Order: sequence, then C-alpha cells, then structure tokens
Amino acid sequence: MSILVNKNTRLLVQGFTGKEATFHSTQSIAYGTNVVGGVVPGKGGQMHMGLPVFNTVAEAAKATGANASVIFVPPPFAADAIMEAADAGVALVVCITEGIPASDMIRAWEFLQGKPTRLIGPNCPGIITPGECKIGIMPGHIHKPGNVGVVSRSGTLTYEAVGQLTKLGIGQSSCIGIGGDPIIGTTHIDAVRLFNEDPDTHIIVMIGEIGGDAEEQAAAYIKKNVKKPVIGFIAGQTAPPGRRMGHAGAIVSGGSGKASDKIAAMQDAGIKVCETPAEMGEKVKSCL
Amino acid sequence: MKIHEYQAKAILAKYGVPVPRGEVAYSVEEAVSVAKQLGGSVVVKAQIHAGGRGKGGGVKVAKSPEEAEKFAKQIMGMTLVTHQTGPEGRVVLRLLVEETLPIERELYLGITLDRARGKNVFMASSEGGMDIEEVAAKTPERLLKETLEPGAGLMAWQARKLAFGIGVPAASVNGAVAAMMALVKAYDDIDASLAEINPFILTTDGKVLALDAKINLDDNALYRHKDLIELRDLNEEDPLEVEASHFGLNYIKLDGNVACMVNGAGLAMATMDIIKYAGGMPANFLDVGGGATAEQVKNAFRILLSDTGVKAVLINIFGGILRCDTLASGVVAAARDLNIKIPIVIRMEGTNVELGRQILQESGFNFTVAEGMKDAAEKVVSLAR
Repeated sequence: MSILVNKNTRLLVQGFTGKEATFHSTQSIAYGTNVVGGVVPGKGGQMHMGLPVFNTVAEAAKATGANASVIFVPPPFAADAIMEAADAGVALVVCITEGIPASDMIRAWEFLQGKPTRLIGPNCPGIITPGECKIGIMPGHIHKPGNVGVVSRSGTLTYEAVGQLTKLGIGQSSCIGIGGDPIIGTTHIDAVRLFNEDPDTHIIVMIGEIGGDAEEQAAAYIKKNVKKPVIGFIAGQTAPPGRRMGHAGAIVSGGSGKASDKIAAMQDAGIKVCETPAEMGEKVKSCL
Repeated sequence: MKIHEYQAKAILAKYGVPVPRGEVAYSVEEAVSVAKQLGGSVVVKAQIHAGGRGKGGGVKVAKSPEEAEKFAKQIMGMTLVTHQTGPEGRVVLRLLVEETLPIERELYLGITLDRARGKNVFMASSEGGMDIEEVAAKTPERLLKETLEPGAGLMAWQARKLAFGIGVPAASVNGAVAAMMALVKAYDDIDASLAEINPFILTTDGKVLALDAKINLDDNALYRHKDLIELRDLNEEDPLEVEASHFGLNYIKLDGNVACMVNGAGLAMATMDIIKYAGGMPANFLDVGGGATAEQVKNAFRILLSDTGVKAVLINIFGGILRCDTLASGVVAAARDLNIKIPIVIRMEGTNVELGRQILQESGFNFTVAEGMKDAAEKVVSLAR
C-alpha cells in the first residue's frame, strides 16, 4: 500500500512538450508510471512520445480518465495551470514549478478550497510510491518498496534520506516532497495524517527546515494522534536569521521559523529528532 | 528584494499614504539643500537596508540647516552597525532628509503573508516605534490582525475595527482607514512580501502619517515589475552574492572557513549544519541547483574561492539522475582552470559514481573522496584546520 499514488494512477503532464517535462516523463514512464497524455494549449491533436496532446486539461481528463496531473509549466503560468487541473476535477495535482509569485499562489490556494483536488507543491520534487508510480523529478532507482513513509520540504535532502534507507535495505511506502514555498497545497501535517492512516506505512520520516511553523503544527498533531514511530530532522540550524536560504519559504524572520523551536516541538511530541542528516537511516533502523 | 525607506515612502505616497515632506540626498551638499528647502527643523536619516538605525547613530534631528549639515557629514559615509547589519555594519551612501512633525502617538501597521492560511494578514498595534516581534511575544493582545481575503483586500469595516482598536481618536479614524486601505492597495499592486509602517504616527493636530516605511518585494514576481527592479541597490548586497546571482547560483556568505557546494537548498542547509556538528564553521550557503553542470561548478568554485577565509571546500552532490562522471570531470576542469590549491572533499551519489571517483583520484589534484555526509564533514573540517 501507499499514499496518494499507486499502479492505478493515470497521469497527465501539463506543459508536456517542454524539455524538462519530456525528460522527466521519459523517466517516469521507464519507472512504470502510467502516463496517459499531456496538455499544451495550441498543440491539441498532436502526439508526443507516442501519447496524445490536448489543448485543455478538461478535454484531456475526459478523454484519458486521468486521475493525476504533474505541472511543468513556467512560473508565470503555473498557478493558472493548477486551477485549470482542479477545475477539470483531477484528484491529485503535483506542481514541480519553482518561482511562482506568492500572490498567484494565494489565488490558486483560495480556488482549491472546498474542491476535492489535492495539490502537492509547488516548488517540489513530487511523489513516488516505489515500484509502482513516480510523479516528479526524483531519481527512481534510489527507492525501494517497503514500509517507511518519507515527507520533506526539500528535494535532494529527501533523496539523501531515501538513499540512506535503501542502502540499509529499508524500503519506503511512499515518499512525498511537499515543496519549499511559503504557500503549498499539502503540508507536513497532511502528509503525516495520510501516512498515519496507511496500514502499510509503519514508520514516518518527517524532514523539515527553517521558516514558518508547519513542523510545529505537525508535531502537535503527532503528539495527539500518531502511534507510529516518527523520525525527524530539521535543516538550517546554522542558517543566519533574515536570510532566505534558497527556498522561498526557508527564512527565519522576526524570531519565528527557527530550527531550535521546531526541534523542541518535535522532541516534545515524542519524535526522534536526528542531530545530523547523516543519521536519518540509522535512526529509522533502530525503530524496526 | 529589499528597498530603501525613501523608495518605500515614494511608493506609498503614490497610493495615497501620507508621508512627511522630504527628499533623498546622495551627498552632504544635497542634504543641506533639502534641509534649506524644507526649512525649520529636519530629521537626517541614514538609508540602509537594516533596522535599528536610530540606536546605531544613523538618525538625527537637526534644528537648523547648519545643524543638518553637521549631522549629514557625520552620517554620510559612516559604517553603521545595527542589530540587523552584523558586526561589519553598512556604509551609508544615501540620506533621507525630512520635515519633523509634532508626534502625539506612535502606532504600527504591517502586512505580511500568513503561511498557514495561505492569505495575507494586516496587523496593527498601539505600540508603534517598538520592535513588533517583541510586542507579539510579550503583549500579543496589543497586536490586532485582520485577514485579507483574496480579491477583496482590506475592507473599510476591517480598517475601522483596527483603527478604533489601536486607539485612533474618532476624528482621525477616516484618515487612518484611508491610509490602511492605500497601504493594502500598494502591497497588492507591487507584489510585496512585507510592508511595514513603524511608526505610523498621529500628530498633535490629528493627522496620520508614515514616519518610517519598510517594503520587501516578492522576488518571484519581479519579472512583472520592471520599474521596481531598478530600485535594487547593489551597495547593500555582498559583491560575491551579487556575482553568484548572475550565474543562477544561490550563494550566501557566512563567516566560517569551510566552504560548501551543494545541489538543492535543503541539502545545502543540512550540509552547513553537519559541518558545524563536526566542529567546523560553514563559510557559505551555496545551492548550485538540481543540474550542477560543469559550467555551474566552475562558477561556483570561483565565487567560493574569492572568499579568502576559505581553507577547504566540501562538495556534496546527491545527483540521482545526474551522472557523477560528468560532475567529476567538471570539478577536475575547474580545479585546473582556476589552479585550486586548497583541499577539496567530494561526496557524491548518483549514476556512475565509481567512474566519477576514478576520475577524481587520477586527476593529480588534492581531492579527498568521502563516503556519506558524516565522513565528508569530518574530513573537510580536519583539512581546514
């Protein structure tokens, strides 16, 4: 089992014919993901990589029965693409695009309220259920099917955690990169809830970073609701305050968003917090 | 992107937020001429991208143009150190000279993003002129908040609620409401990520004005605000950070001696953390991006090594899809071109990792290949000693 994606996922690619989308779609298909087509306004009716291209998401969803979409369109058009997918009733929308203006995301976020669509990202690596379905830009081969759920705001730091697990022979149920922006569709708390409800996820790895208070919120939820072991790590303990550390959301401002506060909240919730990123795998192993 | 107080005030004035009369000056002479035009007493304010300027001696009230000249001479060119500049401070190259006003009360207005709600929030407080984080921490009941609904902005009733809530007298409420709504309009139009008026003053004759102003702009939205990009002041930024930005590198200079080059922001932060844990101090944050091409690696090296405090470099690349042999060749080429002498520790994961290691080991350069992040951090810290 897994969360959100599996071998029944039927994936659309928005911005399908672009260079990045083409590269990563090739990788996803090679991994076994069922990509059913793509959307590029003005290119409807064409074929790309042997798959049909549509002008609109509504048209594509109707023709292919897609239940997920991945967005590779440039930042100025990405929030629009999210709303288009939600309007078409696509259940899961994964937005990889980095650099979307916050005001655009405020609009998209508002649009999603009350709709059944779940958004992952933006500015994220995507989601993978090892051995079944890979949506996004993560390297598939480092994953291994198993029972550890991984959620993280960062891309390569997620790969680091997964790499450590797989090297130790520990597989993953699903791994989800929720994104480094201040406004994201799926937060730590959402992902933890899903992993908690998934019978085949036995251990949860939650990787956070400085900025905001999503980790504190998730920690409070875990303290109250989660019996499964949770391993945590927070990146940015040495980050200077007031500076944006690469991710738009990774900033300690006005005394909030500090690594030390997050670690304290997580420890208080009974989460086993790793002192360094090198021990994430070993910490999980100790819970087996 | 940060902008100066005088630039923020010019934007706010355009939207109808009342601001004191005044002008920016790039020299002492210009400052004196502004002081003379304004007449009477003026305030001379250092323009740097940091708060706490008054405490650091960067804001002075002058009773006459002569005194304004004296203060302008003191402040212009000084290295202003505040709690936000770090110990190295900032050199003051611009002054704002403004009229002084009879202050009855100092209030606070601000807008920022409420990340948890996915909406902007308007904040107002009766405790103006103070550090608002301190107000929020110690007397949260004195920091009032109203959520800005997307598309609706700040509604008049919300503004009235805030104005009365922070103790604006009835006679001045309409002025305060207009200023608040203008602030929101400005914030939305320019794609700001933070706007603060601290203090927002009430004068003895019942007027309201923005005595100070701070605006940060959303970098992701700058592409649609060409006019605002021109407000960037490169003097306020570290020259190495400016250069890095030209190559699409995300670089932040720090004080340590162990440089690091990493792909991905989260892993880059984690790498800094583990350097510190191993007993060293990171010299920088550097995210070379997901691809880490040979050209990126070379530019990154050049920037890292321009920092003369750097004693060793740690390259931590979790490639995945990226080929390690390509990365290794890029590192070797950069080391050759730049004639790198200091020790370099490389930890890489990805396709063809064995071939990558072989290329590094056979290159004849001072490379140390590490297994995993812990090993890499320990090796680089000991080499930097």
